[in-house]
Formats: sequence, structure tokens, C-alpha cells
Amino acid sequence: MPAALLLPAALGLLFLVLPLVGLLVRTPWSTLPHRLAEPEVLTALRLSLQTATLATLFCLLLGVPLAWLLARVEFPGRRVVRALVTVPLVLPPVVGGVALLLVFGRRGLLGGWLDATFGITLPFSTAGVVLAEAFVAMPFLIIAVEGALRGADTRYEEAAATLGAGRWSAFTRVTLPLVAPGIAAGAVLCWARALGEFGATITFAGNFPGRTQTMPLAVYLALETDLEAAIVLSLLLLAVSVAILASLRDRWITAP
Amino acid sequence: MTALSVTRADAEAGTPLLDAHLVADRGAFRLDLALRISAGEVVALLGPNGAGKTTALRALAGLLPLTGGRITLAGRDLDRPDLDRWTPPERRPIGVVFQDYLLFPHLTALDNVAFGPRRHGADRRRARRCAAEWLDRMGLAGQARRKPRQLSGGQAQRVALARALAVDPALLLLDEPLAALDARTRLDTRTELQRHLAEHPGATLLVTHDPLDALVLADRLMIVEHGRVVQEGDAATITAQPRTDYVARLVGLNLYRGRGDGAIVRISDDFFLTTTEHPHGDVFVAFPPSAVALYPGRPDGSPRNIWPATISAIQRHGDNLRIQLSGPVQVAADITPAAAAQLRLAPGQPLWAAVKATETRVYPAAAGGLGRPGR
Repeated sequence: MPAALLLPAALGLLFLVLPLVGLLVRTPWSTLPHRLAEPEVLTALRLSLQTATLATLFCLLLGVPLAWLLARVEFPGRRVVRALVTVPLVLPPVVGGVALLLVFGRRGLLGGWLDATFGITLPFSTAGVVLAEAFVAMPFLIIAVEGALRGADTRYEEAAATLGAGRWSAFTRVTLPLVAPGIAAGAVLCWARALGEFGATITFAGNFPGRTQTMPLAVYLALETDLEAAIVLSLLLLAVSVAILASLRDRWITAP
Repeated sequence: MTALSVTRADAEAGTPLLDAHLVADRGAFRLDLALRISAGEVVALLGPNGAGKTTALRALAGLLPLTGGRITLAGRDLDRPDLDRWTPPERRPIGVVFQDYLLFPHLTALDNVAFGPRRHGADRRRARRCAAEWLDRMGLAGQARRKPRQLSGGQAQRVALARALAVDPALLLLDEPLAALDARTRLDTRTELQRHLAEHPGATLLVTHDPLDALVLADRLMIVEHGRVVQEGDAATITAQPRTDYVARLVGLNLYRGRGDGAIVRISDDFFLTTTEHPHGDVFVAFPPSAVALYPGRPDGSPRNIWPATISAIQRHGDNLRIQLSGPVQVAADITPAAAAQLRLAPGQPLWAAVKATETRVYPAAAGGLGRPGR
């Protein structure tokens, strides 16, 4: 084994693992149970789980049909649409937050109309958190589901059609079950991304405890006042992330 | 169901259940064939790969649009491109057994078969009961709860057949139904498939490139080449009087086309065959490879056709050897290994080929105008 490869490989691993070790080393284990039970922590955790789940549902509702459109329908400008879908993936989340404000803010393109017509105000609300998280996380779902749809054999849909299934029932009875593993994987990635969302959320929804202060925001805030609290919150997020990683082990982590 | 009550009435009236003229263009390829199948009849579309068999099947199923012609099934116009009329696949009374079956991998055998009845409005219990009956009829009652990947090839084939028949189709389409099976399973499955096809009251169209499947399973054969029907008839007629090289090879005959002129048939400017008949005009001459005798030097005596030839290939053929010869015409000859050893046969070796006039068969080529020029 050449040292020229082995050495940087070991350093790379160290670089990835060391910060996590640091987190574990500095964790105040003795006061951990007490700190975890603090109402602020629980509130932030609950809000994070709720908004990430709602954002994932929102992404499934709109993202699966969009993925289907990209995978199965030939239309002019499909490449452009696919590129647009992946923009939030490379966009700095803060920029996403600003963009959301410009559209859904009180004076935004749609925000003013939403406010005047339905009395709906999205920025600096829990719904705004969901929106910001969904904006950033949706590409993960779309890419995973589109890939699954492309990999699925369309002839199963033809077989369903010859058995009397229309487009819709062929989609729900045959296509969706066939790509279910892909959708599940996409949803978990999407949920994990939503859970860790920071930039777009703090820009678009602000940082109000109990309303828009999710775990990452709480960590950032705690860092300025109480380092140990920040560590505890970080550990909690780490635990949740590792749990997700473990659940994805078979699909994504092991080599094909 | 409804489709089949029409079926029987039509059959009694003497009209074919399926009356179709399929015209479809796929790039440079054009499919153009007329197809009429009566209720209870099994027709095989037989042809080489790329002949348009699967295109025809997909057009009938509504999976490929026609560019011309029409499809009328059980008195209903399914496709009339000239009138912009098209019926989507889900509303055609047609069942399809796909080449690799396409059983839904996430459903059990039972639910695969129940899928059709369910989509046709049966509630879950009735659909499952219907599916269970079909599986029972296929001898698969014990496999009802299995997923497709737990089924053997022969079982999967029968589930696919049950699934296609469970919606009572007026027309059953089978795309190479035995191609995915190994030789042994094929034999058993073919026999069983024959029984089920005989019981199917509607019309059946079978697409295959295997002449044995076509001969065993079908009442009538249609030979397709380059998107067109080149020969049509029952197995006996087609095997006795092939009209194209492809068919001749399938049934193992040497086939030539020429002009009858008294007792001889002129194949080319410098080659003719003597026959016992007195053909006139455009004719086919056919004789089996076993009728060709080979000699190291020019034989003399008895009235026969003799010409010099060169060995181009030697293959095993059953217990004999099949010798491919070039010369004024391409010809195949079957000889015993003993004779081959005596003649010391090897590719490139010059020989004399001889065929007795009494061994040749002559029949007119003009009939139906379907024939293509021979070699």
C-alpha cells in the first residue's frame, strides 16, 4: 500500500472524525440529563422535528410529481427545469432566505397579496420555517425520486395499462410501489437536510424561541451565552443525524 | 363478459372477431399487414428478429399508435387513424402476455392476477376470488401468496397467462411466450399453454421466432418479413411449399425461384433444374437437403440434375452432416458421417452435386403475389 495515498486518507478520516470527538470530549456528561430536560431544549427539539417533518411532507406532495414530470414527460425546456430544480442545492441558504423574503415578505411579490387576501403572513412564523426548510431540502428529494423513476422499467406501466389501469391508477398502484425505496431514501435525506437548515430559516423566519427557533438556531444562540448548552444541543442534533445515517446504511453507505 | 357475448354472435355470423390492417412507421421501418382472426382461433406471427412482429403486437394493444389502417375488435373500431379515433390500452378488451412477463414485483401472484379484475370494477374480494380460480386452473393454487421473484420461470409464465386471461379479453396477445424458459421447462409449458389457448373463447395472436412454438400452438401461421406478410396458411401448406428463403430455412428445404419452360425450370441464365412436371411461368422449385447426392467426380447415367459445387461450410445436423455448397446456386446437402469420411470432405473442396428430378417439387410462385424472388 503506497504511503502517498494512505497518509492523506488517514488525515482525511481524522479531519472528519476529530470535531465529533471534540464534541463528545467536551460534553458535560454529569449535567446532561438535567440539561436535556430543560424546557428551551425540548421546545427547540420539538419545533425542529415538527417543521422538518412538515417540510418533508410538503416536499413529497410537490416534489414527487415534479420528479415524475422530469423523469417521464418529454417537454421543451426540460433541461432548464432540471437545472432550476437543483439551484437551491448550490445556492447559499442565506441567499435563499433573502429570496424567500422578496417573494413572501409583507412587501414581497406574493406576500402582500397573501396578507391582503387571506391574512396569511409567512415570514417570521412557524410556517415560514417550514417554507425555508422545504426550499432548501426539496432538491434532495427530487433528485432521489427522479433517479428512482428513471431506473424503474416503464413497461410495468404498459402492463398495467393492458390490464385496465389508467395513467393515474398505474402511477399509484404500480409506479409508486416500484419506486417506494427511492422515495423513502429521498424523504430521509430531505428530512435530514431540513432538520439542519440554518441560513434560510434565520433570514426568512427569524429566531423566536418556541415559534421559529429550531435546534440549529438554538445552538448558534447558545454559543454566545452558554457554551455547554450549545454542546448539549449539538450532541442532540448529532445523535439524530447518526440515527438517520444508520437507517440509510443499506441503501447509501454500503458499496454497491 | 360483454366482449365475448358479441364474440360468439360474430363467430356465428362468420365475421372474424379481429379484423385489422396495421400500418405503422418507425423511422425507415414500415409495418403493413392485414390480420383477421376468428373467435377461438390461434394465429401465430412468425418471423425473424426485426420483422415487425412485436410492433404489430404493440399496435394491437394500443401501446404504439397506428399511422394508417384500422383495428376492429368484436365489432368495435378501436383504432381509426383516418377518423382520429384511438382507444387507450386500458379500454381495449385485450390481454397481453409480455415476453418477460412483467409481473409486478411488489404484488403476490394472487394480487398480480387480481389486478385486472380490480381495475375493471370488481371489489377486492371478488377480484381475489376470480384470481384464485385462475391460479387454480393453472395448477398454481399453492403459489398464490408468493412474490414473482419466488416463482420459477414456468410458474411465472402461467401467472402471466392467468393475469392476462382474468379480464376475459376478446383478444389475447402473447409475445414470445416461451422464449424466457429453459429447454426442459419449455417443453412442458408449451403443452400446457396449448391446452389453455384451446380453451380461450376469444381470438389469440402469438408472436414468435420459434417455428416449433408456432407449429404446436397455432391453427394458422402468418410469416412476417420486413413488416409484411410473405406467406400465410396452415402448418402443412407452409412446410410443404415455402415461399421465401426464410421459410425454406425454417422448414429445412432448398428453395429456388425460376421460370418454367417445358420440363425444366430456368433459375438463372446458366443454370436450370429438370423436374418431372411440366411447369410454366413463374415457379418455385423445392427439394430437401437429403435429396442432394455428392460425388468426387462427375457422375453419369440416370436423368438428373448435376452441377459442380464447392463446400463452403460443414455443420452437424441431427445424426447427419449438413454441407453448405456454393456454385451456380447455393444449396444444402445432408449426408451421413460415413459418406463424408469416404469423400474426405473439407471446406473449399470442389465436388459434384446431383438431385434426381423425381425429388423436386414445383409450385407456382404467382399465387397471392406474396413471394419474393429466391436466390
